Amino acid sequence: MDVMPKWAEVILVPLISLILAALLSALVILAIGENPVEAVNLMVTGAVGSTYGWGYTLYYATNFMFTGLAVSVAFHAGLFNIGGEGQAMLGGLGVALVLLFIPWPHWTIALLAATAGAAVFGALWAAIPAYLQAKRGSHIVITTIMFNFIAAAVLNYMLVNQLRPAGSMDPATERFREAVHLPSLHEMLAPIGINFSKAAPANVSLVIAIIACVLVWLLIWRTPLGLEIRSYGKSGRAAKYAGIGAVRITMIAMLISGALAGMMAINNVMGEAERLVLNAVEGTGFIGIAVALMGRSHPFGVFLAAILFGFLYQGGAELALWTSIPRELIVVIQALVILFTGALDNMVRMPLERIFLAVRTARASKSVGPAE
Amino acid sequence: MDFLALFDLSVLDSTVRLTTPLLLACLAGLFSERAGIFDIGLEGKMLFAAFFSAAVAAMTGSVWLGLLAGIAASMALSGIHGLASITFRGNQLISGVAINFLAAGMTVLIAQDWFQQGGRTPSLIGGGRFEPITLPFANALNGVPFFGPIYAELISGHSILVYVSLLAVPGTWWLLFRTRFGLRLRAVGENPAAVDTAGVSVMGLRFVAVGICGILCGIAGAYLATGLQAGFVKDMTAGRGFIALAALIFAKWRPWHALWATLLFGYLQAIALRPDIIEGALGFRVQVQLLDALPYILTVVILAGFVGKAIPPRAGGEPYVKER
Amino acid sequence: MTAPAIELKGISKAFGPVQANKDISIRVMPGTIHGIIGENGAGKSTLMSILYGFYKADAGEVFISGQKTEIPDSQAAIAAGIGMVFQHFKLVENFTVLENIILGAEDGGLLKPSLSKARKTLLELEKEYDLKVDPDAVIEQIGVGMQQRVEILKALYRQANILTLDEPTGVLTPAEADQLFRILGRLKEEGKTIILITHKLREIMDITDTVSVMRRGEMTATVKTAETSPEELAELMVGRKVLLRVDKEPATPGDVVLDVKNLKVVDDQGVERLRGIDLQVRAGEILGIAGVAGNGQSELLEVLGGYEDATGTVTLNGAPIDLTGKYSDGRSRRDRGIAHVPEDRQREGLIMDFAAWENTAFGYHRDAAYTSGLLSNNAAIKADTAEKMERFDVRPPHPHLAAKNFSGGNQQKIVLAREIERNPDLLLIGQPTRGVDIGAIEFIHQQIVALRDQGKAILLVSVELEEILGLADRVAVMFDGQIMGERLTTETDEKELGLLMAGITDTDKPHTIAEIEANLAQAHGNPHKEI
Repeated sequence: MDVMPKWAEVILVPLISLILAALLSALVILAIGENPVEAVNLMVTGAVGSTYGWGYTLYYATNFMFTGLAVSVAFHAGLFNIGGEGQAMLGGLGVALVLLFIPWPHWTIALLAATAGAAVFGALWAAIPAYLQAKRGSHIVITTIMFNFIAAAVLNYMLVNQLRPAGSMDPATERFREAVHLPSLHEMLAPIGINFSKAAPANVSLVIAIIACVLVWLLIWRTPLGLEIRSYGKSGRAAKYAGIGAVRITMIAMLISGALAGMMAINNVMGEAERLVLNAVEGTGFIGIAVALMGRSHPFGVFLAAILFGFLYQGGAELALWTSIPRELIVVIQALVILFTGALDNMVRMPLERIFLAVRTARASKSVGPAE
Repeated sequence: MDFLALFDLSVLDSTVRLTTPLLLACLAGLFSERAGIFDIGLEGKMLFAAFFSAAVAAMTGSVWLGLLAGIAASMALSGIHGLASITFRGNQLISGVAINFLAAGMTVLIAQDWFQQGGRTPSLIGGGRFEPITLPFANALNGVPFFGPIYAELISGHSILVYVSLLAVPGTWWLLFRTRFGLRLRAVGENPAAVDTAGVSVMGLRFVAVGICGILCGIAGAYLATGLQAGFVKDMTAGRGFIALAALIFAKWRPWHALWATLLFGYLQAIALRPDIIEGALGFRVQVQLLDALPYILTVVILAGFVGKAIPPRAGGEPYVKER
Repeated sequence: MTAPAIELKGISKAFGPVQANKDISIRVMPGTIHGIIGENGAGKSTLMSILYGFYKADAGEVFISGQKTEIPDSQAAIAAGIGMVFQHFKLVENFTVLENIILGAEDGGLLKPSLSKARKTLLELEKEYDLKVDPDAVIEQIGVGMQQRVEILKALYRQANILTLDEPTGVLTPAEADQLFRILGRLKEEGKTIILITHKLREIMDITDTVSVMRRGEMTATVKTAETSPEELAELMVGRKVLLRVDKEPATPGDVVLDVKNLKVVDDQGVERLRGIDLQVRAGEILGIAGVAGNGQSELLEVLGGYEDATGTVTLNGAPIDLTGKYSDGRSRRDRGIAHVPEDRQREGLIMDFAAWENTAFGYHRDAAYTSGLLSNNAAIKADTAEKMERFDVRPPHPHLAAKNFSGGNQQKIVLAREIERNPDLLLIGQPTRGVDIGAIEFIHQQIVALRDQGKAILLVSVELEEILGLADRVAVMFDGQIMGERLTTETDEKELGLLMAGITDTDKPHTIAEIEANLAQAHGNPHKEI
């Protein structure tokens, strides 16, 4: 029986979880001798107080939209893809290879090609764990974790031994050509008279990320394939009954998931760094888990959660700059969000259900109606 | 070419040392998963324990207090995992992920607050570390050919925690297969309803199992920071919790097999530190990145079932809900 | 006057908005067998779970031998001398019989002394109650009958005086059930009190001394068994007069629709689950497959429904259907005109979290009528669902409601509407009325007969012999992956089918229980299966 109305399920539960995570984070800040109120003030000014701040917040949010969608699509198929990190690393490699070795005449075509390269590399990196899960029953959580480590080794090898320009000590590729420079929000908004910060890295990839949100929504909720993915995620037996192939859905869902994680590279590698560096991903793949849980695996929820995490990320960076609070505070907040919205979900839900039940019984006893 | 160099005493000696944290974590996972609670948070618990043991050892100068602090820290995270996955019947995998991040973030945060050294503890000296123990007659027997050096260098001369980890193997076996507690623990991982209807608390048993897991992870972490190395550095577990998890699958959740599996992975880690020996033995250079990735690749191969099928405890990963 | 062995006073229990038990009172005298009968969902099992400390009652008291007793957990129930044999056995599959028996009742911290003591006690109990088990056998390798005896021994080992059995015959052959009842009789002679929960009227009439009837969480009556009749009990259960028979004309079978030859299936463990099945179903007839659960009936449905690969030949209207490869899945079966109402509607036929309209499309979601271009045509699906719900009298008729919010009978109607309305040539239907209230049973049976009368072929799998005898025109009995025999339902009875279900084909001769047991023990693999 549904005890809670839908709005409570999709808004109230995540909101309370978020508040709990925020309260605990405040306690952590207090414990290390800083003032949480000041910290929040600093974060707000730093993250959304200027177009510079917004530019960073939206840049991070773009990354998180891609990785959050990646985790969500896999969740819908009942698969827990912890491999977004590795898939995003490989996506970066795909982008670098596409942009370094082909002289693209214009950024538009280059963006399409780079998106394809990122998606293909990310998808391929997800394909192996997917295949092993589908065909050999290897637990996808463990294999995707392993593939993160292997991806780091692959990237390390490629950058140190293959792609590093001669004479450079830095394990990174050379800069991409000027022609493939993506328009930043500053460049995009200037023609319509908005003066957006020039230094902030947010760029046209944000638009691609929003389009990806819409497409994933269509896929999951408005296509037969989406129904199949969701069915398989809810019940493997039922999927079998309906003739929905386990191998097919596992592969498709993970390929889409890996492709989305990989596509993050058009933002951070092509849009921001304009070259591939060793630690390009910086845990964004993992933040995707928090974003997906927070957003209840719904693309619109993911969009909002990504912006929230973009805010936290940029705000956290500002905090580290102006106070003695290290950036790792963000990792703690992320852990708390995962804990409360993911693992301790029932801790929030059970008391809420009791309240709703009490309210309903009270109402039912007032108005004399037929009992269920 | 020198194949024997692959089994050089120095390599085997570091194998023993590198195996210790893996073995302890693997046995920790064994207790938890045998009771039906999946734990991918071994990594985080070890990291948490590593930090607190090093921090307390640095502040008090006593490694034993450090060990206790490490165990307590690891058990605190076990408590969270238990709360999420046993009491509130949450997703055990997600809880594990959260615990790993919590440990990764909190250790640096607290380290920075306490020591201001960029997320590390001060280097441990003297009583702040577990010193090697020389077993009886080690020096006297060193002259005996073959066995002498093996006893003196390989078996003797490790810190107490190494021996604790080795004794934990028969200890775990005995506990699991010869005692009432073991019978109930195995039963609760296979069919919690059977335990429940027999009048034994499923929650209680699972919390005890998760608690033991915390203790062992605590010792593993303390060994990392106060035995293997002299202090805590950021992310010092470096994936060991996941390798231990892989070893557990490889060992099919059996204590003795866990020893062999972790020895293998410990050896791989030890040999990866000596590319010169590998080149000498094989006649060509092996990329260091390949060596780094080898435990993970091997794990995937094992998981793919090319080396025997691993069947986990039947009730593993499923929260227990009472029903008829 | 002696005190009742057990007395419940005013027990009430609600789960959220559902009142599972409402002011229930009951008295059971020592040394008697008391039956509790009621439909699925009437609250029988909730009551027993309260008695065993699984749930805490919201109100009410329990008296054991006249003493008020609190039962906060199973430990307390065991201490009060209550033993419970659940419908789904609570045994650790990879433990031995002995290990299962001592679990939770060990003496001391070490296993060895506990095991040797239990071995001795077990021998005594075996002799006293005629309960044969092998103490060193591993549970997953013994049959269901023996597993059930292990459960009874578990209770006796804990010195239970009150033994409660929840639907104990669901997985037994009629002969095994008779043996169980003899054991229960023996326990009664020894002064034990027995509570038997069942929905089978016949069992109540055969073995109990008194019977209580439950309906919608309430105790509607308690009567002496000798003073009542099945018809009266049925009426008390449902609250109105019911037809215990299915109304139908004799069948007029036409051409062969489904032709199965030498069908074989091997499971993951390499055990042969179907061992050469031959059968035919004609247009306009219902072929019932009878058998104890776990003898290959599920596998037969799974192969025909496209879940599993198999070998052999199967033709539909003369044209072969694929048993392996790309076109052997459920979707291909639907394309060929095979509809399937699966045995487990909650895990297979429906997705409980999905709305009714999504479930109505489920399996047919790629039909032209349900799509437009690449997208689903959700409006069309919803409109179609609303129509189907009205025709099948699904309550409440809300396409947006999630499947889990409907009662068992209404869930089954949603599945049935989806499958029947597509005008299939062949309908596969498994356990059509399991967990369905009597009112809906009548409706569902009528629908199946109506489909037959339209000239469709129907393959019916049910573990309820009564249902097969009432609904099917012909019956084939499965045992150990084979068909033991076929009969016209008008020319056979429960006794004959019961012997076939135990794998005995020469049904004219008299047979002893020992023979039947030996035969069952020889069956390949473990016939027990979670259902």
